[in-house]
Amino acid sequence: MSLVLPPSIADVEQVKSVRTPAHLDYSYTPGKAMSSFLRGLEQKKIIGQKCPQCGKVYVPPRGACPTDGVPTVEEVELPHTGTITTFCVVNVSFYGQGMEIPYVSALVLLDGSDIPLMHLMQEVPYDQVRSGMRVEAVWVPDDELKPTLESIKWFRPNGEPDMDSASMRGNA
Amino acid sequence: MRDVAIVSFAQSKHVRAQTDSNEVEMLMPVVREALDNVGIGMDRVGFTCSGSTDYLSGQAFSFVMTLDSVGPWPPISESHVEMDGAWALYEAWVKLQIGEIDVALIYAYSKSSPGNVREVLTRQLDPYFVAPLWPDTIAMAGLQTRALLDSGTATPADLAAVAATARRNALANPYALLTGDASVEDLLAQPMLADPMHVWDCPPITDGCAAVVIAADDVARELSKNPAWIRGIDHRIESQALGLRDLTTSVSTATAGSKAGVSAGGFDFAELHAPFTAQELIARNSLGLDASVPINPSGGALSANPVMAAGLIRLGEAASRISRGEGNRAIATATSGPCLQQNLVCVLEGSA
Amino acid sequence: MVIEYPFSRTTGPVIGAFLTGLREGVVIGIKGSDGRVLMPPMEYDPVTSESLTEMVEVGQAGEVTTWTWTDGQRYQPIEGRGFAWALIKLDGTDTPMLHAVDVTSPDQMSTGMRVKIRWRAEREGHIRDIECFEPVGSGDKEQPEGES
Repeated sequence: MSLVLPPSIADVEQVKSVRTPAHLDYSYTPGKAMSSFLRGLEQKKIIGQKCPQCGKVYVPPRGACPTDGVPTVEEVELPHTGTITTFCVVNVSFYGQGMEIPYVSALVLLDGSDIPLMHLMQEVPYDQVRSGMRVEAVWVPDDELKPTLESIKWFRPNGEPDMDSASMRGNA
Repeated sequence: MRDVAIVSFAQSKHVRAQTDSNEVEMLMPVVREALDNVGIGMDRVGFTCSGSTDYLSGQAFSFVMTLDSVGPWPPISESHVEMDGAWALYEAWVKLQIGEIDVALIYAYSKSSPGNVREVLTRQLDPYFVAPLWPDTIAMAGLQTRALLDSGTATPADLAAVAATARRNALANPYALLTGDASVEDLLAQPMLADPMHVWDCPPITDGCAAVVIAADDVARELSKNPAWIRGIDHRIESQALGLRDLTTSVSTATAGSKAGVSAGGFDFAELHAPFTAQELIARNSLGLDASVPINPSGGALSANPVMAAGLIRLGEAASRISRGEGNRAIATATSGPCLQQNLVCVLEGSA
Repeated sequence: MVIEYPFSRTTGPVIGAFLTGLREGVVIGIKGSDGRVLMPPMEYDPVTSESLTEMVEVGQAGEVTTWTWTDGQRYQPIEGRGFAWALIKLDGTDTPMLHAVDVTSPDQMSTGMRVKIRWRAEREGHIRDIECFEPVGSGDKEQPEGES
């Protein structure tokens, strides 16, 4: 069943696609928990929240325990050291990327917390990063601290011996 | 068919902008209240379904984040509709009809404040012919309002009466955002926002949420002394092509109403989801409701319009009123899309 | 926070033909199962669901079937001022389409008035190739273009 076109457009090249870009602006509300976390970063602190029911500590905090569905009000200041639970060597570039490839994206389980935080690994050759590696946060200079996770530039090895994988089970 | 009833309803105190809390923080106490009302925990909920749209929050999969508010561990059976929560309730109702579960939790929420809701909703329009022009929600409602006025079936005073009644009714609703005691004359005297629309023809921009628990047969009777039984529920959608529709009537509302059993009549009130004044008149006419049936005793969407939750709230408000004994039989509707394109109609009845 | 989508949508032959028409400065509709002319064109009949195949050129002026004023939004035919949105039934069609009308106040709009297309100078095959509609002036003795 072919289309019958009127003479005025029958012999010209047909449009096959159309550009319809969309742009929307938002003013995002992080909420109480996230605001506290972001303000903490501005003061060179990493703030998590503890669940009153199961006792787990979440960072970044979201105001709720995802397993119990209750508010997590108690704030916990966390050390700046942790353990890599898993990581990825990124070889694919994308529009707007700031890092030189290859670079390493890692999940870091901060000491005292129960879910890992995603960040970058630097100051170590990418092929030497491993699960269990002990790491520490590297911050921007004090006068550049802002309420953003970018106040932590990246994590780097801190020289401590690796954690064994058995003790990290349940958190990766 | 199983007898399914709404046994619990909770909603937030709706506000213009919830700047302190994110969606999870806003939703958690409301979900908890809905469950506490019937003394159950998530262990008794067989299915959870939510209604919301990522475009309002500007985040992909934002609805997944809000599952934190129900504590989905051990893993739960859940679903989501990128629509008003009333359709999430419909999905949950179907699930109960299949017979595998007896209790479902439905919730819906939105924060319209982060973005420009008038513009955000243009993304639901025809992507080739309409959306690239970005005609906002008020403009779309304006086209329908003028068509209604032109047809002679409504006057500006009729529209003002809808707004005046909504605000006055909302005075008794502690959750409503916009309340007041203006007269039709007061409202007509106000300047136009965008001819033919006045500010009062339009809903207030609202952040808010709601949660409902439905249950079947004896479980409903166990959980509630006076459940609001869903006697009929149906939804229909019209073409998205505006030019194909008669904007002065709502064929989909009439059809859904007919399938839901509206013709049996005997309604003590109706909660009609109509964010714009003209839409309330059109919906009411399409359902054949005469002046003897009070519309929107809660104040309706003109008093609080958390987009994606306002339809679920109509069902919840109607059910609560029945459960409290303030009426025995009601219609509740939800609408979606521009100019009443898609409509859900539900007939609710108590045991009286 | 900005959400931005560059979207480039494939059109298929029917919508493609309509947009081709706009690029060429003509308006193309499609005949439905019952012979009425649908604008903008649809691939399937809205009542019978039949595949539709007969596309026809329609007029470039028509009648406003409903309208609303707007103070100025994302799409503005003339930057910095309000305009009207309208459903416009072009001559030779049976269903109206939505577009903007360049008027400077709501007083200049009325249901039933005649408007005609103002074409954009550079066209690419997009609904905005129609920059907007403008009133066919009461003092304007020119016949409306297109078939009646």
